[in-house]
Amino acid sequence: MACHDCDLLHRIPAVADGMTASCCRCGAVLAKPKRNSIDRSLALAVAGLLLFVLANSFPFLGFKVQGQVRETLLLTGIRQLYLQGMPEVAVLVLITTVLAPLAQLLALLYILLPLKLGRLAPGMFHVFRRLRRIEPWSMTEVFMVGILVSVVKLAKMAQIIPGTAAFCFMALIFTLAACMASLDPHEVWNRWEGAR
Amino acid sequence: MRSAAQTAQSAALLSCGVCHLLVRRPAGAGDPAGRCPRCGAALHSRKPQSIARTWALVIAAFIFYIPANVLPITKVTSLGATQSDTIMSGVIYFIQTGMWPIAAVIFIASVFVPVLKLLILLCLVVSVQRRSGWRPKDRTRLYRITEAIGRWSMTDIFVVTILVALVHLGALANIEAQAGAVFFAAVVVLTMLAAMSFDPRLIWDVKEPQDECEYPA
Repeated sequence: MACHDCDLLHRIPAVADGMTASCCRCGAVLAKPKRNSIDRSLALAVAGLLLFVLANSFPFLGFKVQGQVRETLLLTGIRQLYLQGMPEVAVLVLITTVLAPLAQLLALLYILLPLKLGRLAPGMFHVFRRLRRIEPWSMTEVFMVGILVSVVKLAKMAQIIPGTAAFCFMALIFTLAACMASLDPHEVWNRWEGAR
Repeated sequence: MRSAAQTAQSAALLSCGVCHLLVRRPAGAGDPAGRCPRCGAALHSRKPQSIARTWALVIAAFIFYIPANVLPITKVTSLGATQSDTIMSGVIYFIQTGMWPIAAVIFIASVFVPVLKLLILLCLVVSVQRRSGWRPKDRTRLYRITEAIGRWSMTDIFVVTILVALVHLGALANIEAQAGAVFFAAVVVLTMLAAMSFDPRLIWDVKEPQDECEYPA
């Protein structure tokens, strides 16, 4: 195979689980097989989808000032931005915190579930290709930093109460990251070639 | 491996950008040189018009960076008093109130990272255009850093989103997003697209394949 960062050709022998094959010229990781890659990613994707539903249906953050409590959903801020005449920013936030993670999870389930049952989902390559393209735009962990900064920023003004959804969202970050990390694309391609 | 190291391009092969399958390049094929037989992605030896696209996006991001920092990103209305904040005035506020860790987070994510990214990309496209053979390994590493850090600049946009959602208490206190946020969001998206359109393999194209190898392939 060719290195994706510098184009040098390599002949890679079968790499043992937990070992890494890197490019001898630029050091890019070429192959990194993981144990039970498909099973683990599938399990984490299912968990992630449940967390995603919870994170979007329960109150996210509560804001208590002078006896008044305001509860917000994950989507409230996006709606507010839209209403304040910032549709571009609202759409960007919607994509990076809601749509991209959801698409990621659904794409993973669509590919992995049939693969686990020894079948192939129709058009799985297109889905897989899009999945790779979506990845950088899914910014759940960055959103978490945003939450922390806002909580500190508002701490003087009022009391912030994290809701159920905030905890689910936090768990979703780790689940999604673990899911993508345990997915070995080469394993997916190998299974596909085996099933054909 | 063959006796002499080769790149996919010099061996008339194409590496699929998605599934990394090696495909023999059909003679006289244009760009894209057909589709990957395994995953169906368009095949390119190098990302198309990588340099021109990266230049365009970097320049656009530089231009948008100015209003993003000059215009206010939020407007706070509290009991009749109105205050507009730019990114820097937010950082200064946190320093003055002694919350320097938060000031550091915002400064790094919103000011330092975008500028660093733009400078690195500028340096990469210029060096590739001048066919520089200078430290290709380190330049590839710089590219990977830009790819990894870009997303963190979104922090400030998310902060604005959350503030706008929470502080919406009518006359008591209200926070509104301002035009600076739009430009800042544009800078983040443009720099991410610029990093995606740059092809690190261009750094290595001036090198002989066996150069810089730490051990024989």
